[in-house]
Amino acid sequence: MHDASAHGDTKGQYFWVWGSLLVLTAIEVVLGYKQIFEPVRMVEVLLILSVIKSALIIGYFMHLKYEKAIMRWLLVISVTGCFIIMYFFFFPDADRVLRLGVK
Amino acid sequence: MSDAAMQHGLSGEFEAPLFGAYSKKVGMWLFLASDSLTFGALLFAFSYNRIYTVPWPTPFHVASITNATIMTACLLSSSLTMVMGVFAAQRHDRTWTRYWLLATMIFGTAFIVLHGMEWSKLIDEGLTIPWFRTLTGGSSGELADVSKAVPQFPATFFGLTAMHMLHVTIGVIYLGVVAFRKWFLPVIGVLWLAGFLLIPSNNVFHYGIHALLIGLIVSSIILFLKPKDYDAQDVEVAGLYWHFVDLVWMFIFPLVYLMSTKIL
Repeated sequence: MHDASAHGDTKGQYFWVWGSLLVLTAIEVVLGYKQIFEPVRMVEVLLILSVIKSALIIGYFMHLKYEKAIMRWLLVISVTGCFIIMYFFFFPDADRVLRLGVK
Repeated sequence: MSDAAMQHGLSGEFEAPLFGAYSKKVGMWLFLASDSLTFGALLFAFSYNRIYTVPWPTPFHVASITNATIMTACLLSSSLTMVMGVFAAQRHDRTWTRYWLLATMIFGTAFIVLHGMEWSKLIDEGLTIPWFRTLTGGSSGELADVSKAVPQFPATFFGLTAMHMLHVTIGVIYLGVVAFRKWFLPVIGVLWLAGFLLIPSNNVFHYGIHALLIGLIVSSIILFLKPKDYDAQDVEVAGLYWHFVDLVWMFIFPLVYLMSTKIL
């Protein structure tokens, strides 16, 4: 079991993570509503912010940061690998459909 | 075996766990990895439709974005209370574990209620899929036009958010069972019955509320087969599930809501 005292993590640290997540969410909302970037750039920026937020949740709230390296890497590499495979299946085809004008 | 080695420190007597964690935790991580692919596929399907459908509708006004932002804050806050619950469980402080889990459940329930209100508003304004139209009788307006012109939008929107809402509902029931065990079963039963009787039959949640009945049946079977007092490990594993639900929303919120914002 993850033992908080064994890793020196304190409750204050989790409040900082929570505050950071709220601030990042506020930045996302402002970016989305002000439409500062054009749509493709906007998706990229929002996804980068989402990945940072998910890393904070997985690392701190889910305590993956404190697990053994084999568990950390196995989970992260396997899930990321699956998403990369999905990416190469989905998006080239969506782009092809768009260029061909097929609905 | 590995649990015994972890708890009692009997190194050499039992095989050391491969991942350095007890088996329940490894099992939950494996489930979450597989579930992330379910949501990944749904998000990719949403993005796929978005790329090839030109123009993609942007129907979410400031009220919807504000509502979704409050929902996001609820989920993020619930993750913090969940962490506090895990801390309390590790201190063997049963009372505060229950309080923190209850706070997490309240935030989760607030998320579900806000999401349900958002859905009802959008459906009333005409954003529907064919099954909803048979219930509500159809409607006219800006969103009704969107549903006719780009049916991919309501289909992917409702599919993705319904899947997430179901996960949050399961999470609230899961935490309730861990915190209150059999005493939580009547609460689910009353909520299901009240929802079924009070929600009008032309509202989609009149049928969606049956998720609570299924949750009640499954929870009853689990508690009957294994009527144990849940310990700190169980609270931590439940927390993993809850944080995952929060994590998924961190992708749904920007991709589905913020990228479909209507600027006036």
